[in-house]
Amino acid sequence: MAKTNDAAVIAVGVTDNHKSAIRSKKIGFTNLSERIMKYIFTVCGITAVACVLMITIYMIISGAPAIGKIGIIDFLFGDTWYAKKEQFGILPLILTSFFGTFGAIVIGVPIGLLTAVFLSELAPKALRNFVKPAVELLAGIPSVIYGLLGANLVKPLMYSIEEIIYANDPGHQFTGGANLASAIVVLAIMILPTIINISENALNSVPNDYREASCGLGATKIQTIFKVVIPAAKSGIASGVVLGVGRAIGEAMAIILVAGNSANMPELFSSVKFLTTGVVAEFPYSSGLHREALFAVGLVLFVFIMIINLILNGILKKGGKKEKTAKRAGKA
Amino acid sequence: MTNNNGQDSVKIGTRNVNLYYGENHALKDINLDIKTNKITAFIGPSGCGKSTYLKSLNRMNDLIPDCKITGTFLLDGEDIYAEGVDTSVLRRRIGMVFQKPNPFPMSIYDNIAYGPRVHGIKSKAKLDRIVEESLIGAAVFDEVKDRLHKSALSLSGGQQQRICIARAIAVQPEVILMDEPTSALDPVSTLKIEELMNTLKEKYTVAIVTHNMQQATRISDYTAFFLVGEMVEYAQTEELFSRPKDKRTEDYITGRFG
Amino acid sequence: MAKTSGSLTKKHTRISDIILKILIFLSSGIVVALTLGIIIYIIARGLEGMSWNFLSTPAFSYPFENYGVLGNIINTLYLVVITLLVATPIGVGAAIYLTEYAKQSRLTRIIEFTTETLAGIPSIIYGLFGSVFFYNIFKVNYSILTGALTLSIMVLPTIIRTTQEAIKTVPMGYREGAIGLGAAKWHTIRTVVLPSCIDGILTSVILSIGRIVGESAALIFTAGIAAEIGINSIGDIFTKVMDQGGSLTVQLYQYAQRGGAEMKYAFSTALVLLVTVLVINICAKLVAYRIRKKRSA
Repeated sequence: MAKTNDAAVIAVGVTDNHKSAIRSKKIGFTNLSERIMKYIFTVCGITAVACVLMITIYMIISGAPAIGKIGIIDFLFGDTWYAKKEQFGILPLILTSFFGTFGAIVIGVPIGLLTAVFLSELAPKALRNFVKPAVELLAGIPSVIYGLLGANLVKPLMYSIEEIIYANDPGHQFTGGANLASAIVVLAIMILPTIINISENALNSVPNDYREASCGLGATKIQTIFKVVIPAAKSGIASGVVLGVGRAIGEAMAIILVAGNSANMPELFSSVKFLTTGVVAEFPYSSGLHREALFAVGLVLFVFIMIINLILNGILKKGGKKEKTAKRAGKA
Repeated sequence: MTNNNGQDSVKIGTRNVNLYYGENHALKDINLDIKTNKITAFIGPSGCGKSTYLKSLNRMNDLIPDCKITGTFLLDGEDIYAEGVDTSVLRRRIGMVFQKPNPFPMSIYDNIAYGPRVHGIKSKAKLDRIVEESLIGAAVFDEVKDRLHKSALSLSGGQQQRICIARAIAVQPEVILMDEPTSALDPVSTLKIEELMNTLKEKYTVAIVTHNMQQATRISDYTAFFLVGEMVEYAQTEELFSRPKDKRTEDYITGRFG
Repeated sequence: MAKTSGSLTKKHTRISDIILKILIFLSSGIVVALTLGIIIYIIARGLEGMSWNFLSTPAFSYPFENYGVLGNIINTLYLVVITLLVATPIGVGAAIYLTEYAKQSRLTRIIEFTTETLAGIPSIIYGLFGSVFFYNIFKVNYSILTGALTLSIMVLPTIIRTTQEAIKTVPMGYREGAIGLGAAKWHTIRTVVLPSCIDGILTSVILSIGRIVGESAALIFTAGIAAEIGINSIGDIFTKVMDQGGSLTVQLYQYAQRGGAEMKYAFSTALVLLVTVLVINICAKLVAYRIRKKRSA
């Protein structure tokens, strides 16, 4: 088939009488294969759309019944998750995921952004060639390994801090370090590469004109970075932060061994259950309404992620538009 | 070679300036005095070193790695390249306007207030006054006074360039360097900026790189002609254009090359 | 601002500048220290339980209790191969559609948006989805095929986007040259566009391997946790895809969850994973280097 096509194409190229070549049968074959291939590629393109639709439909089909049975208010705002007694209120899980993510962002974003500043604005080439691969490697480390390290390093560390803080508090339920604080530390480390990479790209795409103009006004390098370059890159940095939020809120395996896994209301030094860790920990042995409820937890997580995606899309669109007006103004 | 007119005092004096970009010898033994409250124009074909020379006056070349400069640069008798010079102070005293209008992606007000803020002015009243004075000084106040808090990027190219000039004069420099400030603009905007330069020289010393010889004759008091890294001739503008001493200058201004 | 023509050499030390600089260096230092620390710690603790026996036998081959990862290595290879076989053609095809065929339209915007969405969905959701969706098709609770198909959806965005970037860098002149000679579209793509972005496609495959090898949450509920090799005859090589099969990451999780004496085997498994990730990173670097060299040539 392929051979025939080649021949047909060559025929078009070399023949003196183009008309007869166009009418030749071989060209008919070419047209057919062209049309088939176009059809195949279109199907490939639509696959992604189909997958998202399927996932959405399946998450709703599997998650909605439990919400119906439990009642949406009792489900979302109930403060007790106790599978044995069929109490499925996921407020503690939602709040834990929320505060866990928030904590990770509070720690991870400044460190990540400053590292991105180092890479993009300050690092001499030799140092850059050292730090950049380190970030890439950090991004490539599987999340279970973060979990393993969290369980062996972060947990004991947090336990010793817990022991110091609550030394004189007999009422405190000691967690042995398996608590929200440990999970936050692990999540913060996990989102670093995302924040660093996206922020660095955003900083790199700030035109050098701005840096020159600022230096020309007598601003120092650091002033230029913090007063011009970072503000100019803010939509890019914001999308990095949103992606970081998405990663943190969806992460399961890295924190399941350090969070403690009891559905308490979130407190730094109490054992907690995230939306994600709840599903991973209970899914294998769950059945009946319990399993349905876990799918409903998945559905809630899915909705959160979709909202985050929409926010991200909004930021990117706005950023793109701003860039365009800047370009247009520059041309005028 | 240098034609010193004894009456005008020297703002920036440069002697035996040599500049290298890595292996490339970009400026060769330049001796030149920029006179106080005059407009000095640098002309020459592209790649002749005129922009490089201009940028070395406020050490913008420091930002380029691999750039080596020798020779003396004196601003009011003080060595610009001396050990311990604070480039921040230097660049406040010698401001710069670039080829492409490059306002920051923030409001007009914040653009003008940027420099004063960087240098430690926080009082709102003071900033308001500086912004207004600078915009008036750059002849753009009337056009933008109603939208000071709109993005500077929403303005036309000519307005943007005058915003950049206003931004430069907001830190009250003594010298303003302009690197082909009108090359990206339409004729009407160009005219406005040329008119502006005439009023600027009452308060500031201006050095301008231009690729446009007519512009040099229209606005400048002194002109220096550069060719492949050398300064061929430097004289009062009228004299340089009417009685060039060097054959190469004559060839250039009569349009035989470049 | 009073018109002080301040002396040039009177240096102002800006305390805020110094503090910010220290913070910047500190942050970068933390990131580097973290990476180095993680590598050294895993190597140090991973070597404890590492042995030829660990690499060459599956876990729990009864009657003797045994700690090993051979079964999991084989399962992981199965997952990588099947996932790539499914996802690469579809992903590359989608990228070709988006860059070569589709005009900027509603459909392309929807495809691009959904690709972004897929990339943002957490792996635990993929796990839940895969376990129900493919159960409905295959009627088995856990199988390598289920896991691989789930992962195929997950790596699709990586392949689409990386390939798209690569196709976009093919100079328009190449296409015009081919079309000018009378070549039709698919012919042009096959003979001109794809060959010149083969390195880009390779990059997307390498990145996908990284994701597959590192994935765990999407696999626990789909491919399961079995650690046996389960290949006794040639036929088993093919039927194995319908068997349960735990990946390296899942085995690591099992060891770590049980803790105690098994913790050291968790670290040994982590060491195997870390070395794999390092190799993948180096491969990606080599391909990127090749691309740069070709482009500058």
